[in-house]
This record gives sequence, structure tokens and C-alpha cells, in this order.
Amino acid sequence: MWKTILRRLLIIIPEIIALSILVFLLAKAMPGDPFTGSINPHASLAHIHHLMRINGLYDPWYQQYWNWVVHLFHGNLGMSYEYQEPVTRIVGERAINTLWLAVFATVMTYAIGLPVGLYAGRHQNSRSDHAIRIYTYVTLSVPFFVVLVLGLWIFGYMLGWFPTTGSINTNAAPGMGSVISRIQHIVLPGLLQAFFSLTGIVQYLRSEVIDATHSDYVRTARSKGVPVRDVFRHHIFRNSLLPITATAGYAITGLLGGSVFTETIFSYPGMGLLFVSAINYRDYTVITALVLLFGFLNMLGTLLSDIIMAAVDPRIRIE
Amino acid sequence: MADEENHFLKIEDVSTAFKIQGKYYPAVSDVSLDIHNDEIVAIVGESGCGKSTLATTIMGLHDPAETKIGGKIEFEGQDLLTLNEDQMNKIRGAKIGMIFQDPLSALNPLKRIGDQIQEGLDYHTKMTEAEKKARVLELVNQVGIPHPERVIRQFPHELSGGMRQRVVIAIAIACKPDLMIADEPTTALDVTIQAQILDLLKDIQKENHAGIILITHDLGVVAETADEVAVMYAGQVVEKGSAKQIFDNPLHPYTRSLLRSMPQKDSENDDLYVIEGSVPSLQKMPQDGCKFAPRIPWVPASEHEAHPTMHEVEPGHRVRCTCYKNFKFQDEA
Repeated sequence: MWKTILRRLLIIIPEIIALSILVFLLAKAMPGDPFTGSINPHASLAHIHHLMRINGLYDPWYQQYWNWVVHLFHGNLGMSYEYQEPVTRIVGERAINTLWLAVFATVMTYAIGLPVGLYAGRHQNSRSDHAIRIYTYVTLSVPFFVVLVLGLWIFGYMLGWFPTTGSINTNAAPGMGSVISRIQHIVLPGLLQAFFSLTGIVQYLRSEVIDATHSDYVRTARSKGVPVRDVFRHHIFRNSLLPITATAGYAITGLLGGSVFTETIFSYPGMGLLFVSAINYRDYTVITALVLLFGFLNMLGTLLSDIIMAAVDPRIRIE
Repeated sequence: MADEENHFLKIEDVSTAFKIQGKYYPAVSDVSLDIHNDEIVAIVGESGCGKSTLATTIMGLHDPAETKIGGKIEFEGQDLLTLNEDQMNKIRGAKIGMIFQDPLSALNPLKRIGDQIQEGLDYHTKMTEAEKKARVLELVNQVGIPHPERVIRQFPHELSGGMRQRVVIAIAIACKPDLMIADEPTTALDVTIQAQILDLLKDIQKENHAGIILITHDLGVVAETADEVAVMYAGQVVEKGSAKQIFDNPLHPYTRSLLRSMPQKDSENDDLYVIEGSVPSLQKMPQDGCKFAPRIPWVPASEHEAHPTMHEVEPGHRVRCTCYKNFKFQDEA
């Protein structure tokens, strides 16, 4: 098994190289440049060309790519054109913000989604099940950003319960004060995101439970004289939760990806917002760094999911 | 003797109807059967004739919201149909064990073999953990699985089909039930394993003095094992009697058709007899009259009874409807 995991990790290397070349080229293929509009508007065209030249942006792509790779191995992802700061530092700060929000949202998603899904499947066609189904249909059909804007408007502006922008109050006292301020900032976007993303879990779990309820092994358990309540506890719930764990790997590595919608609408300075603004400002160094990171996390997530599956499902063995 | 008398199952006029789009359709109607201990009663019929439904009705495994069950199932002095869920749970697994047909899907894929066998003991005995472990090993041994210590740690997918069927049997006999219901226990297995499993069932029966209801569509299996036979068609018993009576003197056209469609080693031609048509679906089932009539269309309507009942033709041998009297196959003179 360890051999397989190592092999899978090694396969990631050529994948990353291929991905990085692709991302590098795509970023370059975007029209526009990083300087127009961000420097003195009276700067001459010749000056911009000069800036492009000294930044190596007129070099052939393979040379630019090679320079970038060499720097990468020195832990240097270059300077952000927009922020004039090292990319690593910018991404690092945003990653921490995103992690706060994403961990909260994911924990809430599973904390609410799992029991609700199990309940809906256990009490199929009951009143509560119908209510849950209506809820899932609504969240499936209403665009996420509409919910976010509405939530922001109602709970942020009208009721004023939560802060509406940012990740922390700049006046917050250091230590405990800053932690409390951070939590205040993630509750609303985190909950809205959780209430939205738990839909998938609820629907999936519900149908898994219903399927399992009609399975032969459940009939066997009942014919042993196991009371229905225990059949659900020992057989149905456990077996239904299994497929959900398959997505856990992605969920864990996906935490760093951030949510473009949530972070944009709540002006939350995380990875998602950084990604969108980097594209808008043609901040090539940031874009390539982020896409590469997302790609790497995705590959890691796949591997992690496979390992988790093998750990919890006796039928799956990584050979 | 009094104890002996109690140890049997008396099924009287049992009907099971399923709700389909708001209406009830009978899958089993007016079935009566007696099963004594030390006896194997085979229920024979093709797919969809209601034999498995009868088994799950006895076990009380139907959702009461979706089914309507009538009649009486008397077992050891009480009517199973009047018991509530808790009372049934004390009987299921303890007094009646059930063996299911597809041993792979009948076992929980995520639980170890040993735990699945032990589960029944957890609910029906007051054994200590160590005693239960010992009993599980004993059971695995009894059903003829080699390396019991290893197998109880394994998962269902790690065993062969025959071994899995043995595990399913071990589960059913864990609490030494008085009655075993075996629902096509050999269907999923190849022929050599089939014989082993049937022998195993007979051995267990001798040891426990249990009664066995053997549900099958395989007449070969019936001939080898059964004492009594009930032939079912479209939810009804159409003929019943001792195995000898049924095989030596089959009367009902359906029984005769079934026997005729068995391959014979000394027959002159290679063609198998095929019964015309198929069992109608629950919704399309003829509600009155002889239900087999549509499949023997050459028999005139006057041969059938308007409301077919069971007729005793010799002691213990009963046939439904009157169409058996002058019945001939089309190719018979």
C-alpha cells in the first residue's frame, strides 16, 4: 500500500509539470498587460514597452517558463505586479483567511448535512422529509450568489447582526479580541455557504439510506430479530455514510481553494477573491501560482480520497 | 408429546396483498400449510408465484403500511400475525431462522463474518462475550467452513459463493430455531455445491429437530430433500401432497407441466416442454376462476370450476380445481 501511495505521489510530478506549462501559456494568452492602468496614465507607450522588456515579458515563452521554474525551486514565485509583494507572502496571508472561513463552512456543512440526510432517509415520505426535500430543491434551483446577496442584505445591513465585509476588524484588540473578530466575520458567509452546500450531502445520503433500507442484508439483519432502530444504527447508517467519505479527500484539500462567490460578495480577502482580482489585473505571477496550487490540491485530494476509501471500505484495497 | 404438538407451524388461509398505486393486489391468496418438526416441506413454483412472499409473510418482514395480510399463522401456540414488532423480534432469529437466496447481497459487505453470525446471539441469548465467540466458531465449524478462526475475521467478498451460503446458514441456525425457512438456498450455487448445501441442511435438521420450509423452483432439489410438497401458482397452492404422491402421481396441469419441462436423460427428443405464456403480473391476475386456465387454452372452460377449491384425491393429496380430471397435453392423444 505504501508503495502504491508513493507511486501515486510520483505520478503527480509529471502531471504538475504538464499543468504548469498549460497554465503558464493560458495566462500569457490573456489579452492586456499588467502595467497599463496601474501606473501613471501619462506614461508613454515606450515606457510600458520598457517595463515589459525589463520584466522579461517579451522573452520567448519557454524562456519565461524556465526562469519561473528556476525561481520556483528557490521558493520564489516572483513578485505580484499588483501588490508589489512576494507572491508567497500574499498567497500565504489569503490562505489563512480562507482556511478560517472554509473550515467553519465545511464543519457546518457536515454537522448539519449528515444528520439531516440520515433523518430524511430514515423517515422517507414523512412531513419532515417533504420539508427537507422542498428545501433541497430550492437551494438547487436558486443561484448561490442570490442567496449570498440576500443574506448579506438581511442579516448584515437590515438586522446588523454580522459585519458585512473583510475578515477581521482592524481595531480589534490583539490576542483573544482578534480571534473573536475573525469568528464574527466568518459566521454569516460560512453559514450561508454551509446551508447551500449541504444540499448535495442531504440528497445523496437520503437516497443511500433508502436504497440500503431495501437491501438484502438489511432483510437478513431483521430476520435475525434485530429491532429496526438497531438495524438503522448498525447496518444502514454506517453503510450509507461510506460513499460520502469518498468525497472527504476533495473536501479537505478543497478547503484552501476558497469560494469565489462568497469571498467576492463579502469582500473577504481569501484565495477566491485573490484569484478573481489577479485575473482582472493580469497579475500573471499570482494567477500561475494559484492555478498550480489548486491543481496540486486537486491531485492530492484524489489520492487522499482513495486512501480514505481503502481505509474505511474493506472491499477496496490499494494494491 | 404435547411439546411436539406445539412445535409446528400451521398456516391457515393466509393472503398477502401489496399496495400498488393505492390499490391492493394479492400476491399470496388463501394458502394453508402445516409444517411439523423433522419435516421438510418444499414450496415449488416459478418466479413470481408468491413463494418468497409467503416466506417473508411468515417472518413478518413486510411493511404494514404497504401490505395487507389476512389469515392465521399459528406457531408454537400463538398467531404470529397478531404479534407486535417487539414480540416478533423475539421469534425472528430465535425460533424461526431464514436462509436467503443470494448469499452475497444477503450479507452486510462492511461487517466481519463473525460479527454477522454473532448478531443474532447478541439479541436472543444472555451469553458472555467469550461464550458467544465460542458459539460462533462452533457454528462456522458446523456448516463446514475450513479455517474458522480466519474466516470470522474476513469480510463477505473474501469468501466464495458456497462459503457465503454456509455463512448465511450459520446465521440462520445460530440460535437453534425450531423452524427454518430456506428461500432458494441453492439457486446461486453450482451443482456440486448445491448437493453439499442440501446435505448440510438435512444434517442440521437432524441435529436440531427443526422443521424446514424449502422454497425452490428446482424440482431436482425437491425430489432429493422434501417430505411434503406444495406446488404454488399465481399466489395459490394448486397441489400438495407427499413428495412421493407429487412425483409419482402428479395431477394438476401445472404440476404436470412443471415435471414435463424437466430435462429427462432417457427422453427421445432434446426439446424441453415449455409452458405457454407467463405468470401474469399482480395487476393482470385473473381474480376468479382457475388461474392456470389462460396457460392451457385448449382445455374447455367447462372443465374448470367457477371458484376452484382444493379436492382431496387420496389421503394427504389435494388438488385445486377440477381441470386436472380430463387434462391432456396438446400432443397427447
